[in-house]
Amino acid sequence: MKNSALHLAGLMAATLFSSTALADELRLGLVLEPPHLDPTAGAAAAIDEVVYANLFEGLTRIDQNGAVRASLATDWAISDDGTRYEFTLKEGVTFHDGTSFDAEDVKFSLDRARAEDSVNAQKGIFAPITKVEVLAPNKIAIEIANPQGNFLFNLGRGDAVIVAPESAETNQTNPVGTGPFTFVDWQQGSKVILEKNPDYVGDDVYLDRAIFTFISDPNAAQNAMLAGELDGFANFPAPETLEIFEADPRFNVVVGSTEGETILATNNKAEPFNDLRVRQAIAHVIDRQAIIDGAMFGYGTPIGTHFAPHHPYYVDLLDTYPRDIERAKALLAEAGYADGFKATLKLPPPTYARRGGQILAAQLREIGIDLELINVEWAQWLEDVFTNKDYDLTIVSHVEPFDIGIYANPDYYFQYDNKAFQDLIATLNVVTDDAEREKLAQDAQRLLSEDAVNGYLFQLAKTGVWDARLSGMWPNSPVEGNDLTQVKWAE
Amino acid sequence: MVGYLIQRLLGVALTLLVAAALIFFLLDVLPGDPARFMLGINASDESLAALRQQLGLDQPAIIRFGQWLTGLMTGDLGMSASQRAPIAELILDRMQLSLPLAFGALILSTLIGLPLGIFAAQHQGKPGDAGLMGLAQIGIAIPNFWFAMLLVVVFAVTLKWLPPGGFVPWAENPSAAFRALILPTIALALPQAAILARVMRTSLVDVARQDFIRTARAKGLSKSQALWRHGVRNALLPVLTIMGLQFAFLIAGTIIVENVFYLPGLGRLTFTAISARDLFVVRSALLVLVGLVVIIMFLVDLLYALVDPRLKKRATP
Repeated sequence: MKNSALHLAGLMAATLFSSTALADELRLGLVLEPPHLDPTAGAAAAIDEVVYANLFEGLTRIDQNGAVRASLATDWAISDDGTRYEFTLKEGVTFHDGTSFDAEDVKFSLDRARAEDSVNAQKGIFAPITKVEVLAPNKIAIEIANPQGNFLFNLGRGDAVIVAPESAETNQTNPVGTGPFTFVDWQQGSKVILEKNPDYVGDDVYLDRAIFTFISDPNAAQNAMLAGELDGFANFPAPETLEIFEADPRFNVVVGSTEGETILATNNKAEPFNDLRVRQAIAHVIDRQAIIDGAMFGYGTPIGTHFAPHHPYYVDLLDTYPRDIERAKALLAEAGYADGFKATLKLPPPTYARRGGQILAAQLREIGIDLELINVEWAQWLEDVFTNKDYDLTIVSHVEPFDIGIYANPDYYFQYDNKAFQDLIATLNVVTDDAEREKLAQDAQRLLSEDAVNGYLFQLAKTGVWDARLSGMWPNSPVEGNDLTQVKWAE
Repeated sequence: MVGYLIQRLLGVALTLLVAAALIFFLLDVLPGDPARFMLGINASDESLAALRQQLGLDQPAIIRFGQWLTGLMTGDLGMSASQRAPIAELILDRMQLSLPLAFGALILSTLIGLPLGIFAAQHQGKPGDAGLMGLAQIGIAIPNFWFAMLLVVVFAVTLKWLPPGGFVPWAENPSAAFRALILPTIALALPQAAILARVMRTSLVDVARQDFIRTARAKGLSKSQALWRHGVRNALLPVLTIMGLQFAFLIAGTIIVENVFYLPGLGRLTFTAISARDLFVVRSALLVLVGLVVIIMFLVDLLYALVDPRLKKRATP
């Protein structure tokens, strides 16, 4: 009797207090809140994680396999010399504020992104553009200085979405795009709410409403999922708790990959790392699987060079410098460091860096390299390591897709200066033939691996936790974003 | 009393000015460039320069300090660098959560702590006293964030009585907003209540040994009557001091609790702004926090004067 009374009280409390999802509403958890919602004016991945493909669209778009698809441009023609692109635009499209979309908006967006006072975080995408010409309301031509192998892909990134002159200045707080969802509300510090766009030209989305909730604390994220306050977490912040969700039939854990090459970035101009033998010795000592298991609880794919393993051009170079302590010691001795040396390892906040750094330090100690671990915040990392190159070693994940070209810049914080590599990339940038591009990209990968420019650790995994009745989410993230256009609840 | 007030108010103004200067110049020397943080590692130098100019970062520190002080006087705190929204609005928006949370916890801890402390003092040395003080010891030892996590696991994840976190604005749904604050308030209040109970007990036990209590009892009052009529008021002085200090802890504690319950409060605003090097937001939010603590200390001073009339006389020449 007593028991059933308690049970009843519990039931009443449960019905009074618990909130359940409405039909066709998705409540999605994200770790970081975007600083603002304009993807053309900031580098924060969190911006794209809310708006990409949902609110804003570009001429092209990237699909879940990383392939380029039509978006606001329905098709295109490229001139034989690869320097002129003519796009045909989708007709009848309006922005969310009711203004119409045409070729003038495309010209405005591209000219704005490449203007002198542009604050676009990927201004480099637009640098090759020499001319944007409106041919007709639904036709636009873009001319570029040299052929660009990646041009259509780049136009599909969040930084290249099309905005309207009427709303461009206020997109940061009130984003107006052409996408299948419209912006409803942003409760700062808490959530962003989107709703289905009834006037969308194209395939209808399944969801009526999407709520992005920002939870940075891994424990809080876990509790919110377990309590049923969220329907999914696109990239769950605590790999150690995924077991709990895997064991629970209410949830579906989806493990995919990201574009994040996690590396032991090395200052190639600092003593003693300017000596190839020292870098080779480090490469011989690194035990990638131990770092993946210890820091990421097994989630992650080992890499032997700066390239994503799921990319068709990837070459497996894990065995360029197999784990070999004796060989590593010999190389160090040859370089004049038979007794090892001391160096610093600067670690930004993410788990992969802080935990990975401790494991790595233990591994390097085996050959007498004594690392002092220094924890830094991102802002400090950007200033000390990235801008001022005041570091020996650091652990960081480079999340840009197809970013091997950063090694061709001798002023980049790795300070890797190799003419042969720079020539390879210069050719790669202007070649559009796929077979030729593949060969060049593979040569570049081999060169980086052999030069042991950085310690190559692993490709960051994407670990999504979803309500088991949901389908249509991206398992991988070939570009930053959470495309909700195919997400739906089971009947 | 008026002289005492003026003296205290001057103290408040001076404290705030010194705090403003300290906050501004300490933050200014922090490493980290907000423009680089916002535009990331692929940003071109010209984009960075354009953004720095937009943000007004290219001006000398002393001029920016002056602009900030004038802004503070007029209530115009400028725009957030990272969020591109008026800072005054951001802070006011977060206050609708942080103020009820901190004051709610202050009131709850007082309502629990003081009666328990008085009860323990009345039953000094008996099992009730020992039991309560044992509990208080545990309450003091448990960190806020851990206690908060425990509350979530029990009341949100297992029983599903209350939400595990998040906040609904008061204007949208007052009852949901209230429910969202129940667990965080308890998580903040209980450890503070434990401290208050111990201080109250010790103070009252001390007072109970004083001559005037013995006199009161000699005049025929029972032990509890003597304590209630004459003891409690005298025992309150040290308790008030602790409560004033506790408010500073509560404000700091909200940062931790806001994280566990993912609440959009002033603490989280400050925390994210620090990591984004949005110093415009950080300095104003910090000054608001300092201001809150200073005002509470001021009120505590006034309460002292009410509880202990001798203080009023001392301050008036």
